[in-house]
Amino acid sequence: MTPNPTPRPGLFHRLVERTGPVLRFEIDGVPAEGRAGDHLLTAILLARPDLRRFEFAETTRSGFCLMGACQDCWVDLADGRRLRACSTLLEEGMHVLVEGRARA
Amino acid sequence: MGERLDVDVAIVGGGTAACAAAVALRRHGLTVAVLEKRRCGAGASGVNFGGVRQQGRDLRELPLSRRARPLWDGLNALLGEDVEFEATGHIKLARSEADLEFLERYRIDAAACGLELTMMGADAVHAELPWLGEKVLGASLSPTDGQANPRVVGPAFARLARRMGAEVREHTPVEAVAHTGSGFVVTAPGLEVRARRLVNAAGAGSGLVAASFGEAVPLTPLSPNMLVTEPMPYFVSRSIGVCGGDVYVRQVRRGNVVFGGGGGWQDHERGLARPNDAESLGGMKRTLQVVPGLAHARVIRTWSGVDGQMPDAIPVIGPSRTTPDLVHAFGFSGHGFQLGPVIGEIICELLVDGATPSPIEPFAIDRFDGLASAAPADAPVGGSTHTEH
Amino acid sequence: MSVAKLPHVAVVGAGPAGLRAVEVLVAGGLNPVLIDEAPRSGGQIYRRPPPGAERPAADLYGFEAAKATALHGLLDRLGDRVRYRPNTLVWSIEGKRLRLLADERFDALEVDAMILATGAMDRVLPFPGWTLPGVFTLGAAQIALKAQGVAIGRRVALIGAGPLLPLVAHQYRKAGAEVVLALDVTAFLPKVIHGFGLLNAPATLAKGLWYMARNVLGGVPMRFGARRLRVEGTDRVEAVVWTDARGREHRVACDAVGASFGLRSEIQLADLAGCRIVFDDLTRQWQPERSPEGRSSVVDVYLAGDGAAIGGADVAELTGARAALTLLADHGRPADAARIDRLDRELARHRRFRRALEAAYPFPGHLLDDLADTETLCRCEGITVGAVRAAARERDVDEINRLKALTRTGMGRCQGRVCGQAAAEILARSRGVPVETVGRLRGNPPVKPIPIEGGL
Repeated sequence: MTPNPTPRPGLFHRLVERTGPVLRFEIDGVPAEGRAGDHLLTAILLARPDLRRFEFAETTRSGFCLMGACQDCWVDLADGRRLRACSTLLEEGMHVLVEGRARA
Repeated sequence: MGERLDVDVAIVGGGTAACAAAVALRRHGLTVAVLEKRRCGAGASGVNFGGVRQQGRDLRELPLSRRARPLWDGLNALLGEDVEFEATGHIKLARSEADLEFLERYRIDAAACGLELTMMGADAVHAELPWLGEKVLGASLSPTDGQANPRVVGPAFARLARRMGAEVREHTPVEAVAHTGSGFVVTAPGLEVRARRLVNAAGAGSGLVAASFGEAVPLTPLSPNMLVTEPMPYFVSRSIGVCGGDVYVRQVRRGNVVFGGGGGWQDHERGLARPNDAESLGGMKRTLQVVPGLAHARVIRTWSGVDGQMPDAIPVIGPSRTTPDLVHAFGFSGHGFQLGPVIGEIICELLVDGATPSPIEPFAIDRFDGLASAAPADAPVGGSTHTEH
Repeated sequence: MSVAKLPHVAVVGAGPAGLRAVEVLVAGGLNPVLIDEAPRSGGQIYRRPPPGAERPAADLYGFEAAKATALHGLLDRLGDRVRYRPNTLVWSIEGKRLRLLADERFDALEVDAMILATGAMDRVLPFPGWTLPGVFTLGAAQIALKAQGVAIGRRVALIGAGPLLPLVAHQYRKAGAEVVLALDVTAFLPKVIHGFGLLNAPATLAKGLWYMARNVLGGVPMRFGARRLRVEGTDRVEAVVWTDARGREHRVACDAVGASFGLRSEIQLADLAGCRIVFDDLTRQWQPERSPEGRSSVVDVYLAGDGAAIGGADVAELTGARAALTLLADHGRPADAARIDRLDRELARHRRFRRALEAAYPFPGHLLDDLADTETLCRCEGITVGAVRAAARERDVDEINRLKALTRTGMGRCQGRVCGQAAAEILARSRGVPVETVGRLRGNPPVKPIPIEGGL
């Protein structure tokens, strides 16, 4: 659960600026910001280079197909929910766990 | 006519019991042909829950199950691959006072067969398994039971049999079996097998083989309905069952939680089955009540298959009553996985020695004589509509 | 086929095929249910950004803006003649009963007939580095841009084997992203040879050439015939490396990759509905058998769009309308013979184009031959190429479902959607047999993960 002391830059790069409201959320307890209209996957990958740990190796994943087919972007929320990040809209107050629920 | 094989023993069916029999017979130097209509280990041997369980078995089955249990400790070495057997223990949960009494009675009976079970009070159960639902009043623990990967056991036995020189023929549906006076003739497309002895271990198809020798049995198809979740952090540390058998759940080390729910759809004509969505939904609900910690889990796959069910839910094991040199082993009624390796040994004993030290009298093929044509619903059945796995 | 009773029809998928199908059904007097997993109609190709991320149609769809706008307005025009159920997954089909998941709750729907227009996803083949964070499909790269207005990285490499590659490169460049490489793993020559066949759809061919030209003018390096492809990096993408036809190695630094190699049909629901699935030599894929009229092998199950056979958006519109007309006729409703004739002629022309296109972009099997045993094949379960080859060699595995049973390949969350074809190809290569002889992964419900508590 230790927050990353030196956050690595995000993977995604916003090309089209948004005018909608800012949505605040958290990744492993660290505040982050997205915009209305962002998918959860977009918001996470604008903030960091990956979005979940891979269960069967010491590596991470960032999703793959972005169309709800490959199932590679399921993430944990602190409230226990599991969400497919590419097809879920970011909501104010979401708390995503990337490092938090490590594998057994 | 196509190919012809002459062997000491022909085995109809390619499940775990059949292939384990082939292994045991090869050890005795007999020549063997295994004839499997689809793929070895792909029937009931491969699609079951994966419970390696003595607890909860019919007391008549328990001696066989006791004998089978130590074999599992040596399977990896025998087969040369990991069958993922782990003695996680099996816990059977009581959800009512009547369940508790039932478990206590069973504990005493099982002890007489040499199986040590430990009764646990509600507090002890919840202390060990804090993730269980509220309704659990107590449980019985069988610490030596466990689980394994059913998809790999049967095929591994088939390969071992092949390595030891058995003729293992897949995609070889037996069309006819007959006793000619000097031995058996088994025919399949493009193949005729002549054998001195015959084993009927064809699972759901065994009824037809038995009937060919005038031994009609009330065998009906049984299809499990299994579900598995995506991988989750490991927490279901025991294999779990309940009194009544309507919930059974285990978690593999990789994290997937395997559980069952009711029965699948059967395609009698093709001998296939598919999962039944309504049954899956029921299984999800019931399992969630017992293991609320699965609340956020997602099911990624369901599956089914075909086993043979006897009216009294115990198998047919033993010599034919009509035909010399014929041995039956089928009708495991949804819980043959743990028995498979020992059934192979028993088949071998019956063929080589003419007798087995294991008590198989309760499994005589003629125990339903006169009932063979009765509809399954009219035949005597156990107290529940669920099959314990 | 009673004329008296209106059949209750479900259309699954609200892309170009599904939308044209419901339009025809409504015109024929029916009130179909349209079920779609997405929140807004349009499918993947004409996907609309979520509220807050909207942009003008011309920016999103380029040449296709008019088609997209027409389809997007279609449901509004049909009004309450269509029962539209967005955000709804069909996770199983048993006979004529559809099992649904909407808002994390289960539901079911009984119908008399259905049109499956389930679309396609990228055809994925593994290459070294393909599971690194920052590697996506080409389709994903496009979706990130269209639906979210983001690029998958700051220096993006795009890799493909089909017409999507120059299109996405063009779209990225136009949106202001830096595309450092557009790499085609097929050779340039077949595209010239099959140019005549491509003339069966001259507008499409012209658009493809235009994108390529724009990319060249815009300074996007386009390369063909890449072999021994790999993505380098330890915990993120650092470079794409490949070997050209002359055996020279090239390396381009980048921080994200969009890579896929054509398209593959989403056939799981057709499989569960009992449709006969057949092998298509041209695309080396298993597809539900479909008559030219849009019938499957199962009575009252009809097929349309890329979910039945890859044809692209224009063909999807045509096959959607065609299947719906067949359904109407089969159920004793009057059908427009002239329109049917027109559709069939159009479809025949497109089929010739498609054949030329597939020949122009042959299956890049060399990617699989180049794979070392240590590379990941099944990304859900983390199963290596070597595990598959070993199973083929040492465990008598000659069929893909047996491979799944013994190695877990295709057993994870995606149920083999992503790795299934590559696994079959590698298994077949290991056994030295044609790929169709190792079979296909049998479908089981659910087609996508479903919540265990969805029934409470």
